[in-house]
Amino acid sequence: MNAVPDIIFRLAWWLILAPLLPGLINKVKAWVAGRRGPPVLQLYYDLARLWQKGVVLSTLASPGFVVGPAVAWVALLGAVLLVPLGPAGAALSFRGDVLLMLYLLALARFCTAWAAMETGSAFEGMGAVREVSYAVLAEAAMVAALLSLAVQTGSVSLATMLEPSAGAGAVLLAAGLFTVLLAENCRVPFDDPNTHLELTMIHEAMVLDHSGPPLAVILHGASMKLLLFAVLLTESVLPMGDLTPFAAMGMLIGGILVVVVGVGLVESLLARFAFRRVPLLLTTAVLLCLFALLVAWKGGAV
Amino acid sequence: MSATTPFALLANATSLPWTEVPEWPVADFVPAVSQELTRGARLCSWFGVPESDGVRLVAVLAFDADNTLAVGRSRPFTGSYPALTTAHPQAHLFEREVWEQHGLVPEGHPWLKPVRRTAGNAPANGEFFRVDGREIHEVAVGPVHAGIIEPGHFRFQCAGEEVLHLEIALGYQHRGVEEALAGGPHRSTLAQMETVAGDTTTAHTTAYATLLESLAGTEAPLRAQWLRAIALELERLANHTGDLGALANDVAFLPTAAACGKIRGDFLNLTALLCGNRFGRGLVRPGGCRLDLDPARATELAKRLTVALADTDQADGWLWDAASVRSRFENVGTVFTAQATEIGLVGLAARACGLVRDVRYDHPAGWYRFAQAPVVVWPGGDVFARARVRSLEIQRSGKFLLEQLAAPTEGEIHAELAPPAGDTLAVVLVEGWRGEVCHVALTDPAGRFRRYKITDPSFHNWTGLALALRGTAISDFPICNKSFNLSYCGFDL
Repeated sequence: MNAVPDIIFRLAWWLILAPLLPGLINKVKAWVAGRRGPPVLQLYYDLARLWQKGVVLSTLASPGFVVGPAVAWVALLGAVLLVPLGPAGAALSFRGDVLLMLYLLALARFCTAWAAMETGSAFEGMGAVREVSYAVLAEAAMVAALLSLAVQTGSVSLATMLEPSAGAGAVLLAAGLFTVLLAENCRVPFDDPNTHLELTMIHEAMVLDHSGPPLAVILHGASMKLLLFAVLLTESVLPMGDLTPFAAMGMLIGGILVVVVGVGLVESLLARFAFRRVPLLLTTAVLLCLFALLVAWKGGAV
Repeated sequence: MSATTPFALLANATSLPWTEVPEWPVADFVPAVSQELTRGARLCSWFGVPESDGVRLVAVLAFDADNTLAVGRSRPFTGSYPALTTAHPQAHLFEREVWEQHGLVPEGHPWLKPVRRTAGNAPANGEFFRVDGREIHEVAVGPVHAGIIEPGHFRFQCAGEEVLHLEIALGYQHRGVEEALAGGPHRSTLAQMETVAGDTTTAHTTAYATLLESLAGTEAPLRAQWLRAIALELERLANHTGDLGALANDVAFLPTAAACGKIRGDFLNLTALLCGNRFGRGLVRPGGCRLDLDPARATELAKRLTVALADTDQADGWLWDAASVRSRFENVGTVFTAQATEIGLVGLAARACGLVRDVRYDHPAGWYRFAQAPVVVWPGGDVFARARVRSLEIQRSGKFLLEQLAAPTEGEIHAELAPPAGDTLAVVLVEGWRGEVCHVALTDPAGRFRRYKITDPSFHNWTGLALALRGTAISDFPICNKSFNLSYCGFDL
């Protein structure tokens, strides 16, 4: 593929398509509740509006308050460019790129938490503490999931790892990764993206004091992260390597839509968990991914 | 209660000449009140009445089991008196209020600070109770909140997620209602009563109208009393339904949240069908009601009510069937029964602690003398219990309404009132949807209000919320708060 259209295709996919996902989830939720709901393109309107606004800066905050979201966004963009898009492959692929992706995701989280702590507000402090505590378990599950793929394919490059299906452990991996997706993207039952109650927020509490373009960058980064997890989940579970490029692409898009509808249904039908029960569910996700690893490791020998 | 109580007994919605209210020197008055409270009475109201160069304290007590109220007063005095709070915590806000309004110092009061805005100082400017320790952090919420709610300040002392102590500072909406009522009734008094607490319009206006009727030595025509009962229960239905939806929304359970938001509107529209206003304004008038319910609209009301009740039943079912909701509600924000008795909780918050406390049943007045819905009680005292009591009260009130609509009483809806009697004390309790609304009026020789005291149920119950938070995760504050759903303006007056 020619380099220029390839880059345009990738940027369009990750930068322009990503904000569609939250809109679709909200449509599913509205549909279940019998409401009309906000437009699917609402996040685009919000981003455009925020981009034109000024920034309110606390006199206490250091430049890290603005630098944090910017670095986080760049880190997320770096992470998504490492993820292969079905038959199109990844923009950048090398041995061990999976580790870089994990670290870039961690860097993004660190920067958001850092910017949150800059305000010295009790709300944001609580939000950062919650986010980081739950991330310990969510990251463990993520590492176990990727390890099982690495063991199965004998590779530590995402492009090779995600090509075949996860095999016998696919169901375990799907359940584990879907739970991680919900936790990492602050969806119900871990967090409530709709809530206005500062005391119950996790991710939202961290970004309460951000405004204007930095907030737009945070929201856009969050939508990219959601798309990243949806792509990762679809590709690690469905066998795409053997299909024609068009069928594989269709399967990828279909898979993402299924994930989106799944998230919407979970949010419609389940109440949010109390914080003390969150570690329980995350531990379950870790165990599911570990069992997938076990299947990948021992399953082949039988 | 013993038959030999020295206090003057009176039934709900009746009056008593001021001179017949027994009086004590304050040094004996406080122990006398304390003794009655120990014997199981409940403090409905406690306020000061300026007289000559001092202030009299007046206590209104309720003996729920005996279906009677009791009043007593102290001689005028200035300076300080031994606090009642040390023995009976339910008096703590009343004594702070009297100190704020009249400067009478309750000696030994453990936490003497103003209850509302005073002397230009914002309520949150005072000292707050603090917990020391390296691991302790303080969280301040409000007075400006994220939702469209009233202003109030909450100060949490936390160890991690766990709340050790919550102090609530209110008074941001103090409008001077009681001061404005002195010398009344004025032309504006009824409009003011309708907005003491906007979501409790019917209860407050009914209390005020009944009070004027008892001061005039009469009662409203029975059909007016019937109409008031219908409006009061519709108010209960709308608010309870809205609260269930709000509780569901706070735990991100969308089906019930979306449905109840819509059904609350249906109930409000029924009130509009009754009187042209969704919040029941313009219906209750001293001497009766302003508008009648003609048979065609009564049929329409019953028809739409049946549909709305069925909808509520369904939305309610989703809430109780969801295990994820149960796990959020159960054992969260518990107020123990002993605490509830001690702090004098009223209304549905008290009933959710297993206390049988309902003015409609304990002190029936108006239409409730002839027809009552059963008292809904649920043990536990947690968020689940408060939600459950709401849900069951919706069923019972709905049934009550349908029964009453099927059996109306005919007749006039308004009678001319005689002017209020002079030098008379009148007490009215009405069970609003939150709980006991207490209005006390004392008239001067000309029959004008010398003192008018309003006690909204929120005044008793805010302390309950503070206690419910102890040992609870701070992230559960919103559902605890919603489960009480207390009025800020009803407290601030």
